[in-house]
Amino acid sequence: MKLTSIASSSTLISAIALCLVSSLLLSGCGSSESNVEAGNRTGTLHWGNGTEPQSLDPHIATGVPEHHIIKALMEGLVHKDSESLGPTPGVAESWTVSDDGTVYTFKIRDDARWSNGDVHNAHDFVWSWWRALQPALGNLYAYMYFPIVNAREYYMGEVTDFDLVGVKALDDLTLQVTLDNPTPYFLQLLDHYSMFPVHQATLEKFGAPDERGTRWTYAGNMVGNGAFKLTSWEINRAIEVERNTFYWGNDDVRLNKIIFYPTENTTTEERMFRAGQLHYTNDVPIDKVATYREANDPALRVTPYLGTYYYRVNIREPHLQDKRVRRALAMTIDREKITENVIKAGQIPAYAMTPPNTRGYYPPISLSFDPEAARQLLAEAGYPNGEGFPVTEILYNTNEGHRKVAVAIQQMWREHLNIEVKLLNQEWKVYLDSESNGDYQISRAGWIGDYVDPNNFLDMFICNGGNNRTGWCNEEYDRLVLDVAPRAKTHEERMAVFTQAEQMLLDDLPVLPIYTYTTKHLVHPSMKNVASNIMDQQSYREIYLEGDQD
Amino acid sequence: MLRFALGRLLQAIPVLLVVITMTFMLVHSAPGGPFSADKAVPEEVLEALEAQYNLDQPLWQQYISYLGDVLQGDMGPSFKYPGRSVNELILSGLGTTAELGMYAMMVAIFIGVIAGVTASMRPNTAQDYVPMTAAMIGICMPSFLLGPLLVLIFGIHLEWLPVSGWNQIPGDKILPAITLGTGYAAYIARLSRGGMLEVLSQDYIRTARAKGLSEFLIISKHALRGGLIPVVAFLGPAFAGLLGGSFVVETIYQIPGLGRFYVQAAFNRDYTMILGTTVFFATLIILFNLLSDMLAVWLNPKLRQQVRGE
Repeated sequence: MKLTSIASSSTLISAIALCLVSSLLLSGCGSSESNVEAGNRTGTLHWGNGTEPQSLDPHIATGVPEHHIIKALMEGLVHKDSESLGPTPGVAESWTVSDDGTVYTFKIRDDARWSNGDVHNAHDFVWSWWRALQPALGNLYAYMYFPIVNAREYYMGEVTDFDLVGVKALDDLTLQVTLDNPTPYFLQLLDHYSMFPVHQATLEKFGAPDERGTRWTYAGNMVGNGAFKLTSWEINRAIEVERNTFYWGNDDVRLNKIIFYPTENTTTEERMFRAGQLHYTNDVPIDKVATYREANDPALRVTPYLGTYYYRVNIREPHLQDKRVRRALAMTIDREKITENVIKAGQIPAYAMTPPNTRGYYPPISLSFDPEAARQLLAEAGYPNGEGFPVTEILYNTNEGHRKVAVAIQQMWREHLNIEVKLLNQEWKVYLDSESNGDYQISRAGWIGDYVDPNNFLDMFICNGGNNRTGWCNEEYDRLVLDVAPRAKTHEERMAVFTQAEQMLLDDLPVLPIYTYTTKHLVHPSMKNVASNIMDQQSYREIYLEGDQD
Repeated sequence: MLRFALGRLLQAIPVLLVVITMTFMLVHSAPGGPFSADKAVPEEVLEALEAQYNLDQPLWQQYISYLGDVLQGDMGPSFKYPGRSVNELILSGLGTTAELGMYAMMVAIFIGVIAGVTASMRPNTAQDYVPMTAAMIGICMPSFLLGPLLVLIFGIHLEWLPVSGWNQIPGDKILPAITLGTGYAAYIARLSRGGMLEVLSQDYIRTARAKGLSEFLIISKHALRGGLIPVVAFLGPAFAGLLGGSFVVETIYQIPGLGRFYVQAAFNRDYTMILGTTVFFATLIILFNLLSDMLAVWLNPKLRQQVRGE
């Protein structure tokens, strides 16, 4: 009697308790095998990938996380070797280059197949490149095609006949590409996803070729030509790819499956790694790098990256127009102190825009930390001991790392030049707006190379270049970068032109280089053949997992 | 009761209209656009993109056509994720977020009601102070602190539970539910203590005591129903809050829920996604408020009479 009345009167609580307990039990407690252990057994790589990819369409996507996944699903004419970054055969088994360096003839391998078994040949490239150049698609990487004859003109609508663009299928297995100028980095561009071919029949099945965002990239729909095929895409949860048995190099591929996790929060990602949920992390939280270093943990991999962290100076600002002022600012940034005491993750102090050893190119060094000379320059510019120098503002997008660097530089300028500097942080999109409208004085920036060549760092600063944003313009510089360098006969000659151009940039200093980026990953010891290169590029064809490692 | 509910639903229409209009105006006046990026976007590309998403039309025209689409249940395409519609994205996260919210709610009610009732039985003694102090700490402890703490203890050191994921590894739902539920448990504890104290001083409880019923029966059979009315009133908005406020927990535990979309959409200037999630959450809040009001009416005889008398 008592029992039943208790039950009826506290139904709510007991029902809740029951539900709670059962739901927790349903989800179970503690599994004995971690992702990494299970993955090593089954050949499944668990990969921390940063964010949810925006799109897997190679002609729409723009980010690094997208790049990681697309590289598993598709491939271009050539590959970059994961150590030397030199070209190795992809869909093209061989190629020849004409003596003047402008005509490339690719021999497509006859066993190339799409992931549905369809024959894959030279015509696929012509169609895909036509598609990539349709303006309605909104392809932000269309400029990758611009070395090709008439590609830019076609894209801009100045040429309407695609037959005039320098890409031809001479027969089913021969593709000929004609360039305006010898472009020594052209083969590298072919390994960029924006130049990957897409499967015409699949695209046409799901919409118009130039329609942005049709469903052809969904799991179950997508047909690719890479070592893996897309099997599952759960938004914000995981993307799974499995071995593509039609892939020409399938026999050499050793992984069976890769699962990409959108690990947006680096702290969570690091905990996932420690708990055995990931083989590889996209990043390492800055404050954890020191801990891993002190422990000498071999899991931590820090590699120089093809990217420069720098400050833009808006030279439209009256007091920043004088290049002596800019030089004084550049000379009082103690870069070693910033990399060693402020960010502490192996970054390398940068004294030029182009990172050192970019395809054998070493930028000229004319900048150094010299407060005495800097004060002198500032005095010559009319601000002895910083007197009368207007309050100057450093703009950065909201981020703890950027703030730390800005605070350090604020203190350095105050200490060495006696000038007043304010910091202004803005949310990402607001910051982008301010920067592109020229609504700033000094602003934080970063540039990561798309391909390994000084051109990628130097052509940013041509007059009115979209990524220039400093107001700096030098016609001689433009001539060197746009006209002289592309026509150089030898590698040495070309590098000499770039040195000359970069020297002009460093004389005028519309940008203040601060450091060369590094990439940071945590890599599980069971993961083998992990490459370290300045493009942070891994080859899933080569990576394999070895069990019994923990 | 039906008239009461219908009346409230009619009131919701102008509220939603105001929400849509204000959000639409705010979103479009925010600096930075959906297509601005680190790398400069060529003018022709920007124009093509804006034309594709009707951003080249005058604002009032965009507003009218948006309203028309929303009326038909179409929240439009996401700007950030080409090919995905806002409806599809909301649906993809809704199940997970609702499940997380439900478990968190269970944790909250279970811990909160027990703590609150226990405290109310002996007010101003240790039995009151201990759970109420704990509740105060629970309210003050933000989930971005509690989450990592729980992960460090139960995930990394003890290795009992997974540190992230949702429905991927057995047991991965436990820590998120506790993290999200704790703050609400604390509120519920305080509310149920207050409600119980009031009820326990009523005449009918004195009558029950005079009959010689055991304390347990008095609490569970007579006092609880009235004492929990404040909790019920809180549940509706709390559940809506749980759904909309799960962003932090979803980020800490890598959960593919709606909260992440909600916040990321604002950073991405994904206009349709911001509007879609805002309208969706506004509708939820209105609905849950209505439900909890109806429940309160059902639980409270006095209110029931008032509603009938209308």
